[in-house]
Amino acid sequence: MAAPQPAASPNGAAGQVRYREALNAALREELARDERVILMGEDIGVFGGAFKVTEGLLEEFGERRVRDTPISENTIVGMGVGAAMTGLRPVVELMTINFSLLALDQIVNHAAHIHYMFGGQAKVPLVVRMPQGAGHQLGPTHSHCFEAMFLQVPGLLVAVPATPADAKGLLKSAIRDENPVVFIEHESLYGVRGEVPEGEALVPFGVARTAREGSDLTIVGISRMALTAERAAATLSAEHGVEAEVIDPRTLRPLDLDTILASVRRTNRCLIVEEGWPHGGVGANLAALIGEQAFDDLDAPVARVTGADVPMPYSKPLEDIAYPHEAQVVAGALATLGRTAAAS
Amino acid sequence: MAEDAREWLETMTLIRRFEERAGEMYARAKVGGFLHLSIGEEATIVGSARALRETDYLISTYRSHGHALVRGTPPENVMAELFGKVDGCCHGRGGSMHMFDLARRFMGGYGIVGGNLPIAAGIALAGDYTGTDEVTLCTFGDGASNQGTFGETLNLAALWRLPVVFMVTNNQFGMGTALGRHSAVTDLQRKGESLGVPGMRCDGMDVRDTHRVVAEAVERVREERRPVLIEAITYRFRGHSMADPEQYRSKEEVARWRERDPLSVFGALLLEEGTLTAEELEQLDAAAIARVDRAVEFAEASPFPEPAALYDDIYVLGEGSRGWYSVETAGDRAESAPAEDTAAVNDEISRQLTSALAAGEDGHEPGSETP
Repeated sequence: MAAPQPAASPNGAAGQVRYREALNAALREELARDERVILMGEDIGVFGGAFKVTEGLLEEFGERRVRDTPISENTIVGMGVGAAMTGLRPVVELMTINFSLLALDQIVNHAAHIHYMFGGQAKVPLVVRMPQGAGHQLGPTHSHCFEAMFLQVPGLLVAVPATPADAKGLLKSAIRDENPVVFIEHESLYGVRGEVPEGEALVPFGVARTAREGSDLTIVGISRMALTAERAAATLSAEHGVEAEVIDPRTLRPLDLDTILASVRRTNRCLIVEEGWPHGGVGANLAALIGEQAFDDLDAPVARVTGADVPMPYSKPLEDIAYPHEAQVVAGALATLGRTAAAS
Repeated sequence: MAEDAREWLETMTLIRRFEERAGEMYARAKVGGFLHLSIGEEATIVGSARALRETDYLISTYRSHGHALVRGTPPENVMAELFGKVDGCCHGRGGSMHMFDLARRFMGGYGIVGGNLPIAAGIALAGDYTGTDEVTLCTFGDGASNQGTFGETLNLAALWRLPVVFMVTNNQFGMGTALGRHSAVTDLQRKGESLGVPGMRCDGMDVRDTHRVVAEAVERVREERRPVLIEAITYRFRGHSMADPEQYRSKEEVARWRERDPLSVFGALLLEEGTLTAEELEQLDAAAIARVDRAVEFAEASPFPEPAALYDDIYVLGEGSRGWYSVETAGDRAESAPAEDTAAVNDEISRQLTSALAAGEDGHEPGSETP
């Protein structure tokens, strides 16, 4: 299976689109391609989407395809489940990932389990999109990262795109997949620009993106932290002579562990960066898998840089130190190499 | 009408005899988990389901054996599901609370109270969207009328004019909590009014009355494209599940309701009307018992699922998900077993699990993927 990397285009500027626009294009193209695709969500139509991801789609496709819903998260998702079971391909938007907690019954007990518990008779080709992440002073009920929670559930696919190209390519793949997909966007990435290839450019699930090659250590960055890790890797190279390989798994289920293990077997060191909580996090899971499968290749314990183990505070200085930034990733990488920022 | 009446009584009797045997099989540990019987509520099942066309959808709750049977799922496959056998209608994955028969448009039993309401609205949305005139009948208990999904779903169905008949099977108890102790409004047909869903009521102990009211509702919903809420007044004669000492109600109360047993009352009526003779009535019951005997024999004879089946049907395999193993770790096993060759993967899992189980372990071998 080829991994279409969002390669740098020689005549770049033409392909520069925002993450939000890439998602919008994916939705538009899939709505146009497949009559079975419908969108449902709170304020996705007339309002244009809380983060403007669905802007213009109501005007283009009409109320039959783009449906504003009441504020009823569990029921919106559940309707998506029922409609998916009987032939549609619903894409449900939840305004933030914190609101998905209201819909956990339908996502976990129903969407994820229906194919299995009914002996394979029904399938649930449903996409539930939602943004996560801190940085906008939205406090403890609008800022969290829950990919680790969804990652735990067999039956779900989980996508965490960090670039516009992956946002578009993965969303198109998600809509075409026969399984329920939890599609986790990031609030801070909506305005970020990047190359997006022309045409279909589907990004398959289960294929990691190697954002930067290096031989000194492997940094795995999740969601927005893939970009933070890339910036940290540039600093490590420029200021510390350290060449880090940066891997963005892009999907957590399926997880491209092969690519991560192959990298760790070359670099012998690994740092995992995620914005979510440390306990039971993506990094905890990944560290266990690496420890189980590549213990003999490790020259140091698998290290993690995570969000703080606190509800997300409102106050800016507190919020700033509650999730990882480039400096912590640099420091974490150097520590894994047995160095400190000062000593190098 | 005479033919309808006979078939209704036959089906109610089949459900009754089936569930009595299921209870016996539970007591003999042939059936595990929870077993929720609908004994006493058969008229609500048969009267409502017979108001549907074959192309209409039915969706129910964890008390769903009767709903599978009334839609035509063979008793053999329902009993095998209770036994956890491979020939169960869900291959032993769902059990008593999670019956399902897609081909007969029985869209399932659901273990979460109120969990099926949004799904019903979604099924109706898909039918409406694709231009069919199919109706979805969604049944749930009085306890579910207090769930958030009740208000959310009725509102949305009314707002979007979805063809759903909501039927609250008011059997007087949410588990062991009596209606008056769990719902401020006990006239449940009115609970949808503020949400734009008009109410109707039927005598859920009377199959004819249930059929009459549900048939009227179904056709109205089909024509007008607006949901309706029906309250079917009924009573369950047995406990909430088999594990229910029934300390919340008196024997006298149960006895009073049993006088209105939907089977014996309807049977006596058909006898009196001359639709059936006493001999035919006996034959009808004997036929149901014989059919259930065959279902038990079938379930006994059916094998348990192979260990390898543990990982079947978690995902619809394809480009997105090449196999459960790739979802787990995409490690060496995925490389050694190409996606096409699931049989080989399954053999390997089977071998590992079998040896692990034989060794008294929990099936997780060191170094293998965490299942």
